[in-house]
Amino acid sequence: MAEAVVFYIFAALILGFAVLVITAKSTVHSVLFLVADFLCVAALYVVLQAPFLAVIQVMVYAGGIVVLYLFVVMLVNLKRPPELHADPRRLGRLGLVMALAVFAELAAIGAYGWLKPSGFDGSLDSKNIEQVGRALYTDYLVPFEVASVLLLVAMIGAIVLAKREQ
Amino acid sequence: MITQTHFLVLSAALFMLGVVGVMTRRNIIIILMSMELMLNAVNINLIAFSRQLGDVTGQVFAVFVICVAAAEAAVGLGIILAFYRNKETINIDEMNLMRW
Repeated sequence: MAEAVVFYIFAALILGFAVLVITAKSTVHSVLFLVADFLCVAALYVVLQAPFLAVIQVMVYAGGIVVLYLFVVMLVNLKRPPELHADPRRLGRLGLVMALAVFAELAAIGAYGWLKPSGFDGSLDSKNIEQVGRALYTDYLVPFEVASVLLLVAMIGAIVLAKREQ
Repeated sequence: MITQTHFLVLSAALFMLGVVGVMTRRNIIIILMSMELMLNAVNINLIAFSRQLGDVTGQVFAVFVICVAAAEAAVGLGIILAFYRNKETINIDEMNLMRW
């Protein structure tokens, strides 16, 4: 029961903040709503018994990535913000296609919930970080190393791209 | 009782909000943020299935997704800065250098 209350509160917050992110007039407001959204998602990870991911979410997303976005928004100070797309009929057609996609998705989810017994049968025990670390350093060691190389390449690439040419 | 379906519906809704953001906004920074929303929806899915199946693999994949999201944000924002320096705009309708 308590889980249901927490889930519905955070689900409503996540979707509400997401709507604000994509509708806010000012880009700075958008970034701030994005931080709130990430924090609510982190709370949902705790509900899902993934505390390690929740901490990673707060540190990497809410702490790192969003600060990067804020820096760029501040550096790119706009005289006139890009307005919404001009052609209204294009939005209508897009909306139709995406509404159909949503209904297909919801139907698939409903079919999945009907075919498979829902409710969480498997339980993860409390040693979450130990389990994630063990999986990361044994079964997924090669992807882990590839990910570290990817981060290095991204870091060098970002520096090269953002560097002012002399 | 909160079931797997609840999380899947939440994830689908969040993903669709991200798609709407990418499709309707013209500001490329907002578009990148909408992509972060979509990646978050994927993570919710992965972790919900991780709990459903009692297997920690989904959480490992979520770590990789976060890693790729960080790399994508760094490179994407670097490109935006470089582009803004040349063209003084971040409207994607005016980004047609590589279109023929």
